[in-house]
Amino acid sequence: MTDQQVKAMSADIETPDFETTAFTRPPPLSEATVAIVTSASLHHPDDEDFAPADTGYRVLSADRRDYVLGHWSPNFDATGFAADINTVFPIDRLDELAAQGVIGRVADEHLAYAGNQFDLSAIRMDSGPAGGRRLKEAGVDVVLLTPV
Amino acid sequence: MSTLAHVFEAEGLATIALGSQRNQIAGTAPPRGLWCDFPLGRPLGKPADPDFQHRVLSHAFSLLDADGPIFAEFGEAIVDDATEVMACPLPPRHDPDAHPAVDEARGLRPAYDRAVERYGNRMGAGRVVDVDDIVGAIESFIRVADGTPWKEAGIPGIPARVAQDIRGYYETAALGLADHVPSAWAGTRWFLDQTRTGEVILSAREAMKEAGVKGPVWFYLTPGDR
Repeated sequence: MTDQQVKAMSADIETPDFETTAFTRPPPLSEATVAIVTSASLHHPDDEDFAPADTGYRVLSADRRDYVLGHWSPNFDATGFAADINTVFPIDRLDELAAQGVIGRVADEHLAYAGNQFDLSAIRMDSGPAGGRRLKEAGVDVVLLTPV
Repeated sequence: MSTLAHVFEAEGLATIALGSQRNQIAGTAPPRGLWCDFPLGRPLGKPADPDFQHRVLSHAFSLLDADGPIFAEFGEAIVDDATEVMACPLPPRHDPDAHPAVDEARGLRPAYDRAVERYGNRMGAGRVVDVDDIVGAIESFIRVADGTPWKEAGIPGIPARVAQDIRGYYETAALGLADHVPSAWAGTRWFLDQTRTGEVILSAREAMKEAGVKGPVWFYLTPGDR
């Protein structure tokens, strides 16, 4: 078993089409508020775990580090995240960049979705826009998206 | 991830999507996409390597300077060629009356506890099976491997989720046994290829398949290439 063999299983999965590509110009990075959004189904232990085919999102607090993995797929390595959350959710790295003045600030809240979706319509039409509006209203300018 | 990038940009957020599968990120074509040829599950590449992670982030944030949609490739690849084999010492037999997998799981508990104390419980048992009940969960899969129909075997939850907790227990224990963070998939290979419980899960999966159980019930007990 190798990573290449696992990747090959999804090589033919059809990707979604977008007729147009929205493009937002951010403020200078040194003034931008940056959030992380991951599809790793992370959540806090006291928050609701992800159900199979869960299309919702969970809010991850920037001042906690008790993130747990709720992803249902067995098709990725989890030990990297287990040993260092930044392998998937680079919150400590963002804190360092903010301290250096490279980015403006780290958002107070970040989001997690479940990436193992076969039907993306709910995320495209409902929870995706809702999560985006939540971040926008919180003053986020730039979102770093991380998969597993 | 790339789908969310399109959605978020439409909401007025600038995004950078990291992707580990080239065909997926290239096909979905997010406004700013960075393909990193890293193992699945490690989008920042290397655990406990802040310098490497910063290089990934630096490249990612540089895409914000583009005047329009852009797709880029990170210059360093991490290729899993399955050459790292974990040599975690498995506990010696303690209770000759117990099934070898049960005896093994009990013997790994100190290593599991050490890893949780060091790293926290981020992927170990507890999603549906508490760590104190992990042996009972293994026993249910032993019954399936021995021919009991899965619905009558006492599996304490959706089989895939229970198997995930068992695998998480073992891979967390491996972190407690190793003196370094193993390369991607090394913990999974150790669990499935070298442990008695891994053998049980594979046998139970095969028994369910042979019994005509619906694919999604048995398929997700292990990574799909098995």
